[in-house]
Amino acid sequence: MTAIDSPNAAVPAAHSIDAPIPGALRLSYRQFRYWVTYTRRTWRGGLLSAILGPALYLTAMGIGLGTLVDRGSGLPGGVRYLDFVAPGVLAANGMQNAFGLSTYSVLGSVKWFGNYWAAVNTPQRPEDVVTGHAALSLVWISGVTGIFFAFMAGFGTLHSPLGILAWPASVLTGAAFMLPIMSYVITLDSDQPLNTLFRFVMTPLFLFSGTFFPWQQLPGWAHPIAYATPLWHGVELCRSLTLGTATWAGSLVHVAYLLAFALGGYAVARITYRRRLYR
Amino acid sequence: MPGEVLIEARELSKQFTKKGAPPFTAVAGVDFEVRRGEVFGFLGPNGAGKSTTMRMIGCVSPSTGGSLRIFGLDPMADGPAIRARLGVVPQEDTLDTEMLVRDNLHVYGRYFGLPRPVIRERTERLLEFVQLSDRAGDKVEPLSGGMKRRLTIARSLINEPEILILDEPTTGLDPQARHVVWDRLYRLKQQGTTLILTTHYMDEAEQLCDRLVVMDKGRIAAEGAPHELIESYSTREVLELRFPLDEQEQAAEKAAGIAERVEVLPDRLLLYADDGDAALQAVRGRGLEPITALVRRSTLEDVFLTLTGRTLVD
Repeated sequence: MTAIDSPNAAVPAAHSIDAPIPGALRLSYRQFRYWVTYTRRTWRGGLLSAILGPALYLTAMGIGLGTLVDRGSGLPGGVRYLDFVAPGVLAANGMQNAFGLSTYSVLGSVKWFGNYWAAVNTPQRPEDVVTGHAALSLVWISGVTGIFFAFMAGFGTLHSPLGILAWPASVLTGAAFMLPIMSYVITLDSDQPLNTLFRFVMTPLFLFSGTFFPWQQLPGWAHPIAYATPLWHGVELCRSLTLGTATWAGSLVHVAYLLAFALGGYAVARITYRRRLYR
Repeated sequence: MPGEVLIEARELSKQFTKKGAPPFTAVAGVDFEVRRGEVFGFLGPNGAGKSTTMRMIGCVSPSTGGSLRIFGLDPMADGPAIRARLGVVPQEDTLDTEMLVRDNLHVYGRYFGLPRPVIRERTERLLEFVQLSDRAGDKVEPLSGGMKRRLTIARSLINEPEILILDEPTTGLDPQARHVVWDRLYRLKQQGTTLILTTHYMDEAEQLCDRLVVMDKGRIAAEGAPHELIESYSTREVLELRFPLDEQEQAAEKAAGIAERVEVLPDRLLLYADDGDAALQAVRGRGLEPITALVRRSTLEDVFLTLTGRTLVD
């Protein structure tokens, strides 16, 4: 036992031989707490952009562009453009934050800062690391989409009491991207592929998943591609909830699709994290 | 005197397979055991398999052959339970450089589930131990390499580990910083902590280790206490001679027979003899005039050279 010049060596060791090792939940919570401490010094900048972003978007898109659209031929069904675009951007906001949280911070943890390596030298296992890190990211996504949702509500875009569910739906959209991306990024050795991911995956999704214009405007061959993307499901789900057009069947399909991505990604991440951290 | 066996490895090996590349054997069947209270070293050049062995002991690298028991437990099945009783100082510091010195110990202590007051009390004690008390409230980033190393050592002790594992603890540090680290490790040894370290510095191994294995190309070439290894694999003294480079080969031929063994290094000749001064006189007696001549004691470096025909640090 290492007792460093200890006048009162009564301090118990972390675990005596018989002490049981805590369960996965507790271990993951410890990893979550690490990220809470980590986030304490970075949250200000993130929060500022989380507030400024939606305010600018809603003003520019909804009111600026929206005035033009609504004065022109308008949207099918006479939906106000701001009401149309706000839930779309809400879902996209969940996705964008998911990309931000699951790329550089994951690669950095294993490549530049080494905090993942430090963690697995303790009772933490790779599974606890991925769970705890993902949990903090989900809390963060909930916070920023919550702020966006509050702005949306302030701009008068909620047309159904069920609209409140668009908030958790956008968090689920974020999870559907975050966990698969984490499972991929942990396998990387350089940040080169991340640029590709942002440029050729996130940006096209953002533009062509029906966020800014009705997806029906896309050529017919592109429709199946739209259906396949989780963002399309997230946008449709959020929009139908805030416009009050949601159906049980449609909503369940969207939720199931997003959940499948999130849980599938989580299952794969548990494997890829183990492969990387237990080499 | 020898304590209970804490770590036991039998035919332990590790092979890395990568798609499209031939499998690479980092550790090729090693046997060793580490007892409570001893300082055990792995001495060898880069790529000898030391770090891989350390990672297997640290339960973060599954072995691909042989067996390994730590505290009598299986490292892959009982990793968390074993790691709860280990302290690890990895080759790279892996500190949170943006966090405060104090917070680095705090977040680490929480991984072990230690209560806040316990972490606070130990943090104070450990920072004092590594002589960083006055930097507790500073960020890690501006600390010197030696300070970061000491902080990593303090962090690894937060759970009061039974075994402390150090992978190249002083690589990259300047001589003064190395001596401070050695001094701290020596104190830990005095307090009875079991230490396992890897190094490619023979002076580090000689100063700190009770017992060590010499590793080369994934295998153990020799095992014993530093002085035993020197006695078994080298002479008492070594005569180092420098000649003009183009005359070196000739000089080596002329000096043959004076010493038990002559090694020709790129820049000098080593004559292994129990009496270095006598050997030097004999060299001069044969009409050789070296540019410089130095008689010194044999070291682990010589042991390594004898065993492998190569030097430790290329």
